Amino acid sequence: MSQLSTADKKRLLRSMLYARRFEERCYEAYVERKIGGFLHLYPGQEACAHGVLAAAKAGHDYVITGYRDHVHAILCGAPPREVMAELYGKETGSSKGRGGSMHIFDVRYRFMGGYALVGGPFPLAVGIAKGIKMKGGDEISICFLGDAANNQGSFHESLNMAKIWQLPVLFVCENNLYGIGTRIDRSTAVLDQYKRVCGYDMPAKQVDGQDIEVVYQAAQEAVNYVRSGKGPYFLELKTYRYRGHSMSDSNAYRAKEEEQEWARRDPVLILRDRMIKAGDMTQDDYSALDKEIIDEIENGVIKFAEESPEPRVEELEKYVLAENDPYVRGGAK
Amino acid sequence: MADLMYWEAIRRAHDEEMARDPLVICMGEDIGVAGGTYKATQGLYDKYGPERVIDTPISENGYTGVGIGASFVGVRPIIEIMSVNFAWLAMDQIANSAAKVRYMSGGQLTAPVVIRTPGGTAHQLGAQHSARMEKVFMGIAGLRVVTPSNPKQAYGLIKSGVRCNDPVFINEHELMYNMKGEVPDGEYFHPLEGSEVARHGKDVTLFGYNISVHWCLQAADVLSKQHGIDAEVVDLYALSPLDRAGIAESVSKTHRAVIVEEAEPMVGVGAEVMAIINEECFFELDAAPVRVSAATVPIPFNRTLEKATIPNANDVVKAVLKMFGK
Ligand SMILES: Cc1ncc(C[n+]2csc(CCOP(=O)(O)OP(=O)(O)O)c2C)c(N)n1
Ligand SMILES: [Mg+2]
Repeated sequence: MSQLSTADKKRLLRSMLYARRFEERCYEAYVERKIGGFLHLYPGQEACAHGVLAAAKAGHDYVITGYRDHVHAILCGAPPREVMAELYGKETGSSKGRGGSMHIFDVRYRFMGGYALVGGPFPLAVGIAKGIKMKGGDEISICFLGDAANNQGSFHESLNMAKIWQLPVLFVCENNLYGIGTRIDRSTAVLDQYKRVCGYDMPAKQVDGQDIEVVYQAAQEAVNYVRSGKGPYFLELKTYRYRGHSMSDSNAYRAKEEEQEWARRDPVLILRDRMIKAGDMTQDDYSALDKEIIDEIENGVIKFAEESPEPRVEELEKYVLAENDPYVRGGAK
Repeated sequence: MADLMYWEAIRRAHDEEMARDPLVICMGEDIGVAGGTYKATQGLYDKYGPERVIDTPISENGYTGVGIGASFVGVRPIIEIMSVNFAWLAMDQIANSAAKVRYMSGGQLTAPVVIRTPGGTAHQLGAQHSARMEKVFMGIAGLRVVTPSNPKQAYGLIKSGVRCNDPVFINEHELMYNMKGEVPDGEYFHPLEGSEVARHGKDVTLFGYNISVHWCLQAADVLSKQHGIDAEVVDLYALSPLDRAGIAESVSKTHRAVIVEEAEPMVGVGAEVMAIINEECFFELDAAPVRVSAATVPIPFNRTLEKATIPNANDVVKAVLKMFGK
């Protein structure tokens, strides 16, 4: 198992900080009413997607998730400006303005989508893994979902099928302790989600989701296992979201002490402080990096989204069904 | 008469029914401690406790089935599904258990549950949070489907739904929870069948339900003020069974019909009302009935496209003018 090199850490710190600033900028754009609809943000959970996708082959492996999907899409390779344009509902957006925040898709980079129904992606991830196995590729299918999603029947059904058919799927549970305003102990019999997997006879592990080096180590083991053809794997990451569930959430149900405790375990700051302590960077380097990222988002991402064209009303019915499919009207040979 | 918001009217119905009968419970995601996404159960958790105001896991088919099972043995559950889009997951229990059990058991067992949920397209919630599913439920024998267009109906339909011995599906609307309207001060039971004339007129009948009643009323106003057309507006708050007699009565008076629905036209309310008109009063017609419906697309995220998908009062006016050759 390899350790993250200093260069890796620099790259990942930059990327996590980028993700943080990207999401904060989405928040502002929402308040300015440039973005509408539901908006679920990722701050606090950055080390989860970053650690796992650093260990996997982003852009090669298939990734699927729920509605909190911007950062996962970007890490697969989706250009941030196209993700932002999607949030603005623009024609240049990842899903051509038809999907919105909860439905980012970028199939070029094998980001197979964000889905709004809790638990919906589980069987889809298993199906993708089935396809991989049939076609004999070395990709794996990675499904990122939350803790509360595990109370859907689709969770149990999917784990069972993944196991009986020995499919290359990695289930990543980002356990942030809440499903909207309901704390996990009020909805779920077992707090540690990895324990629920014992009925499906696959490796299941729980690690700290705030420390990217820990996530990376655990994810390497998981990814190697799945890629080597041994079947599915379940990885639980203990984490916390810093904002409300979505923009319409007052966040009143969480104790201040709990929030403060998790704020001290900020994944971006954990890595930053470790690098500063090791002499790999200075506080000034970090501040300069932060400024660079903020400028990059403003000039390269927001500007693009704002200046992009809207979809045309004449194309409202485009993408509903296949166009010019030879089997639709008859006469195909 | 008190002026209440739609959500307050719903909350009041819950509260009264729960106070009256200890076997009335309510259940759903985030309805207890959090008070409900649309505040429909606000304060009830503190008042009635966790045994009767139940925060469920995200297990729609599971908890809907639990509610239905409890109803077999005398409990009267009011089941909230946070958004009608999630009702797809509960469809098995709604269609295969609740709707069929009376028939399959030869009348021995019934499922007196109320299932209430917001449907409709709000603002940019995307394809998976904007479904209009009333027509799906209308197609299920054994299920009553109602859809309140105002706070009085929202209140009175829950009251009747809880007392009725059939499963009752109540289709509310995301955009209507803050709408105000008069609700009787005393207890009021809105009938689960029938229709209501929301505006009397003689030249054309505009059929609406839920939010589209309001588009019809706005259109009727414009038609009378600007075009001298006196439209009647019929509120089809009961979608299953539909009020055949009420539909025929109004069309026999105005001889013209426009059906306004928020959903796509295929297999929808409009298609069904047209069939009833054909069957009940075809020879009363002076013009072919017309539907005003949504475009047949999954709801787009982009606001301009979304608006272009869903009909509005102006579309109703245009359809009527076209019918009159204006
Ligand atoms: C089928 C379904 N039921 C309910 C909802 C409403 N809802 C959206 S997110 C959510 C909580 C999910 O929590 P979790 O799986 O822990 O993910 P997190 O948001 O914490 O990342 C709920 C109940 C939904 N979108 N889909
Ligand atoms: Mg969660």
